[in-house]
Amino acid sequence: MAEKPIELSPELLERLRKEFGLEWRAEMRRNPPVKERMKTPRQHMPQRGASERSRDFGEVNLGLSAETAIVEARRCLDCAKPGCVSGCPVSIDIPSFIKLVEKGEFIAAAFKIKETNALPAICGRVCPQESQCETVCNLKKAAGIPVAIGNLERFVADYERTAGEVALPALPPSTGRKVAIIGAGPAGLTAAGELAKKGHAVTVFEALHEPGGVLIYGIPEFRLPKAILKAEVEYLKRLGVNIRYNFVVGKTATFDDLKTAGYEAFFIGTGAGLPNFMKIPGENLVGVYSANEYLTRVNLMRAYDFPNYDTPVFRAKNAAVIGGGNVAMDGVRTARRLGAERAMIIYRRSRHEMPAREEEVGHAEEEGIEFHFLTVPIRYDGDEYGRLKSMTCLRMELGEPDASGRRRPVPVPGSEFTAPIDLAVVAIGQSPNPLLLETMSGLKVGKWGTIEVDPATMATSLPGVYAGGDITRGGATVILAMGDARAAAASIDAFLNSR
Amino acid sequence: MARIIAQRRLVPNLHLIEVEAPETARAAKPGQFIILMSDEKGERVPLSIADWDADRGTVTSVFLVLGTATRKLSLLKPGDEIPVYVGPLGRPSEIGCFGTVVLAAGCYGLGALWPTARALFRAGNRIITLLDVKASYLLYWDDRYRAVSDRLIVASRDPGVGGGEYIPAKLEALLETEKVDRVISVGCTSLMRSVAEATRPAGIKTIVSLNPIMVDGTGMCGACRCTAEGKTKFACVDGPDFDGHTIDWDELFLRRKSYFDDEIRALCRWEKENLP
Repeated sequence: MAEKPIELSPELLERLRKEFGLEWRAEMRRNPPVKERMKTPRQHMPQRGASERSRDFGEVNLGLSAETAIVEARRCLDCAKPGCVSGCPVSIDIPSFIKLVEKGEFIAAAFKIKETNALPAICGRVCPQESQCETVCNLKKAAGIPVAIGNLERFVADYERTAGEVALPALPPSTGRKVAIIGAGPAGLTAAGELAKKGHAVTVFEALHEPGGVLIYGIPEFRLPKAILKAEVEYLKRLGVNIRYNFVVGKTATFDDLKTAGYEAFFIGTGAGLPNFMKIPGENLVGVYSANEYLTRVNLMRAYDFPNYDTPVFRAKNAAVIGGGNVAMDGVRTARRLGAERAMIIYRRSRHEMPAREEEVGHAEEEGIEFHFLTVPIRYDGDEYGRLKSMTCLRMELGEPDASGRRRPVPVPGSEFTAPIDLAVVAIGQSPNPLLLETMSGLKVGKWGTIEVDPATMATSLPGVYAGGDITRGGATVILAMGDARAAAASIDAFLNSR
Repeated sequence: MARIIAQRRLVPNLHLIEVEAPETARAAKPGQFIILMSDEKGERVPLSIADWDADRGTVTSVFLVLGTATRKLSLLKPGDEIPVYVGPLGRPSEIGCFGTVVLAAGCYGLGALWPTARALFRAGNRIITLLDVKASYLLYWDDRYRAVSDRLIVASRDPGVGGGEYIPAKLEALLETEKVDRVISVGCTSLMRSVAEATRPAGIKTIVSLNPIMVDGTGMCGACRCTAEGKTKFACVDGPDFDGHTIDWDELFLRRKSYFDDEIRALCRWEKENLP
């Protein structure tokens, strides 16, 4: 699903125009000419073979080389009216950074991205570029295949990280104004980075013992290595961001306690950390996990390395993952890597409606994942020890479109069947985690448990309190959370300056 | 990192751990728990809060030495640091003036129930305490309970102490002579279950503090889900206290044993590598 193009602010348009008009850019546009650029095929990102990678947790994609990155950058036509920027939730000046890559100035390119995005190595890996910047790339309109913007972003960030110490932007003098960020996920880390760059004294409060939120507990090593996340967080720390781990705001200290401690402004980025279940019989059997639990055990707690690490996780022979999103793909590919002979996706709609990224679905198929579309579990059964042994499902067919515009799956009468499984992972979505919200009186919460915000400023109903990411959206993407956080950080900065 | 202030054996297999955690000590309430990790490779282990000192900024728990994680914990010394100590988590126990309250504790529950006992005493309740121990030498903190209890009854398998009766028998006998307004039980799952079964016929409100496996402890993963009051609940955020008469105890037992084989394997390996 393509996101709606984002309206660009006059300041941003002005900046893009200025960069576009630079002499070296004009020069580069002439040589090589457009025709030649358009003839260049999209450069392939090398990846590890499916049979090798599906047995370990090493990263699947290997990244572009400097040579292929330059060739890919040459495909960018450096349009006067670039579509790509309006497809990016954090408004990265995409043509400028790509042209710097073409010039071979990779570090400068990294700096260009970091003007608006503090976590490029992460976005280059987990953003759905095909439905954002790349879908509105003018080259896609002209020649069918867009510039590999995501792969270039990843290349630039990786190049900068491996080239030595990442340089810091010039920081303004400290304002001494205390800002509390609640949650060290993509939204919280982004807000923290933006506000630190404005000179504010930023503390991030994180409930878990490592930073990243869903980036650490949810997204597996094979898609986002922990070392990458660690390096991005190091960068934020060098910007002056302070992170308090093992601190649950609402429990360890209340919102009011933090106010008393001198925090003037707040950003809530506590995410959608409340797993949904289907409420069908047998869902509490041993062997049925929420995707959050399954992935947290394996990723955050390193259960794949049990008993070297203390946290265990079931290693199944026949694994079924319920759902069709990216989390479901992460779950099923994890089960495969932990040795499942059959690792299956059970999805109630058809392939066409699956919300997972095409790249993830493709990788899963290569790794031998079975896809069972138009299928929904209605019951789990266990053995005498309460351990999951089978799943009973119904076949579905697609009926009339529902509110989401997708055709609604309806059960086929008499289609019930039972399959032996010893692991089920329920990946049907998350709801906002209510733990903090319950303790904040006066905070306006919508009917799905999301915090209500002004979409332009991300301001909540409480003065000085802003929110963004899944706690306001209910379950979206890393990059949308980061976009929200950027907007909120700008509002927080304005709020502090107005006081 | 959190610094260990004290770690010592109270009685065989039951240890006390006191940790420096100023914010947690300030915020702690009866019935809540903390989660800790004994080292970087450890499991996240939930432990009930058994006491705290807001002035010194320390929090105390009592734990049963059982698997690898608690075995590692039992070897920590004052001054050692552990990478994870987070809390207080869970909803606090309901404190009020209920009248006559029976506290039924066993195992680590003698520690875990102490803050509730103290708070209920201060709230003006008449307290009858039933402490269940396998043998008389496993009794601890009975002096604390004696100070707040109108009656203190010890049940033990040791014929010399309490006549060798189990807690349900003691409780049933007690209910024949006393008008009890509420029963609160903390300890191993079978103890809490037997207490809840003993009070079910008379319909006396019985609160139990569930102890399922947890991971994050903030409602994010659902590992601790249990059936209470006819619904699936997350013990970490909806509990840990629930009405003991509404618990699906069989399910709780099975879920607690989810990783039994893995736990034995891990402990054997750890002992081989770490014990002389």
